[in-house]
Amino acid sequence: MIEVKNLTKSFEGRTVLHNISAVFETGKTNLIIGRSGSGKTVLLKNSIGLIQPDSGEIFYDGRKLIGMGKKELNILRREMGMLFQGSALFDSMTVLENVMFPLDMFSNDSYKEREKRAMFCLERVNLLDAEHLYPSEISGGMMKRAAIARAIALKPRYLFCDEPNSGLDPKTALLIDDLIHDITVEYKMTTIINTHDMNSVINIGENIIFIKEGIKEWQGDKHQVINSNNEALNDFIFASDLFKKVKKAGNHKS
Amino acid sequence: MNESLHRLGEYVLLMKKAIAIPDRWSMFFKQLIREIYKLGVDSLWIVVIISVFIGTVIAIQISLNINSPLIPKFTIGYTTREIILLEFSSSIMCLILAGKVGSNIASEIGTMRITEQIDAIEIMGVNSANFLIMPKIIGLMLFIPVLVIFSMFTGIIGGIGASYLDTRMTPSSFEYGLQFYFNSFYIWYSIIKSVVYAFIISSIAAYFGYNVKGGALDVGKASTNAVVMSSIMILLADVIMTHLMLT
Repeated sequence: MIEVKNLTKSFEGRTVLHNISAVFETGKTNLIIGRSGSGKTVLLKNSIGLIQPDSGEIFYDGRKLIGMGKKELNILRREMGMLFQGSALFDSMTVLENVMFPLDMFSNDSYKEREKRAMFCLERVNLLDAEHLYPSEISGGMMKRAAIARAIALKPRYLFCDEPNSGLDPKTALLIDDLIHDITVEYKMTTIINTHDMNSVINIGENIIFIKEGIKEWQGDKHQVINSNNEALNDFIFASDLFKKVKKAGNHKS
Repeated sequence: MNESLHRLGEYVLLMKKAIAIPDRWSMFFKQLIREIYKLGVDSLWIVVIISVFIGTVIAIQISLNINSPLIPKFTIGYTTREIILLEFSSSIMCLILAGKVGSNIASEIGTMRITEQIDAIEIMGVNSANFLIMPKIIGLMLFIPVLVIFSMFTGIIGGIGASYLDTRMTPSSFEYGLQFYFNSFYIWYSIIKSVVYAFIISSIAAYFGYNVKGGALDVGKASTNAVVMSSIMILLADVIMTHLMLT
C-alpha cells in the first residue's frame, strides 16, 4: 500500500499539487485521472521520489519515503517497477538485454538463471519472438510490453505506469491494460496508473483518483465513476462519447 | 557570473556523483569496453587520415618557408617532428576529437534524458551518472593516448611521404632531422596532456547532455555548447600545462 498525505508541490511560484492525500491499495490497479496539465505526472513523480514535494508525506507500506537514507532508498527503488509514457527502453540494447538489465545490476543469480527469468518475463508479455530485436525495430505496443517485462523482472512490489496507452490503438491499449491488471493481481503489487484514457477507467479502474488543477476532486471505483454527482468529474469523463453511451445504456437499464 | 558559478557547481556535483564505486563491476567493465570501442576505436580512422595529411602539409609548408642555403635541410624533418609531437597530435587532435566524441557523448546522454531513459535507470536504484558517465570518462582517458600515439606515428609518415614528393628536401635529410636532438619527454608531455583533454572532453560533454531539459532542439544546443566549452577548456589547459611542464 502506498499512502500520500497532504502533498503540496509548486514550480516557480505556481502550485501544481494542493494538499493531496490518497491511499493506493495493494493488489489493485489504482488510477490517477485528470486532464493534461492537472498534475497527474507531478503526483506520480513525487510518489516515486523523482521530484521532492514542498510538503507532505509518502509511505510505502509504512516506510516513509521523504527523508529516507540513500541505502534504504536504493533498496526501496529495487522494489519498484516503472512503465514510462515513451517506454524508455535503452536504445543501445536488445529487448532481451533491456529486460535483463535490472537483473544484471542487482541479481546474484548466474547468467543462465538471469536469462531464464528474462525469457520468462518476455513470455509473460507474449514477446518471445522479439528478444533479439532493438527498440527501434519493434512497434509501440511491443515496446510497452517489453517495458512491462523489464519492470517486472525483479518481481517488484510497486508498479508505476505513466500514460501506458498513449500512442496505442484501442485494441492494443486494452491488451496492455489487461496485462497490467493481470500482473498486478499475480504479483500482488500496488499499481498506480496515470491515465486520461476512459477505456482504461472502465476496464481496470479499481481505485480511481480524479485530479483537477492539482486538487483531488473525487475518489472511487469504475462502478461509481459513471454515477458520480461530482460536476468536475462529469465534465471530464462525459467529454468522451463512449462514456455518454455507457451512461445512457445504464439509465435505460434502470 | 552567477549563472557560471551555478553551472560550475552543478558540474562538480555531477562529477562527484559520477566518479564513485560502480554498483556492479561486471556491468562497469562491459560498459567500459563498449565505450572504448565506440568513442576510441571508431575514431581511429579519422585520426589516421587527418594526421597523414597534416603531417604531409606541415613538411611541405616548412620546406617552402625555410628554403634558404643558410638553414640545413634536416631542419624540415626536425621542425615537422617537433610540431607533431608537441602540439598537433595532442592539442589539435583533441580539439578535433572534442567535436566528434564530445558531440556524440552529449547527444547520446541528452537523448537518454529527454526520452526518460535516465529516469528509468534512477527508478531502478542505479546511480545513473555513475553508470553512464564514468565508463565514458575512463574509456576515453585510456584510449586517447593510443590515438595520440597513432597520430604521431602517422603524422611523421605523412611528413616522410612529403620528403619523397617535394624536391626541396631529401628523404635522408628529413629522416636525419626526425632523429636530431630527440627528447623522449615530449612524447610523455603529449600523452599527459591528452589524458587531461580526455577528461575535459568526456566530462563536459556528459554534463551538458545530462542536464538537457526540453526536446530534440535542446539536445542539439547541448551538443554544440559541449563542443564549444570543451574546446575552450582544452586551449586553457594547454597553456597551463605547457607552462607547468616545459618552462
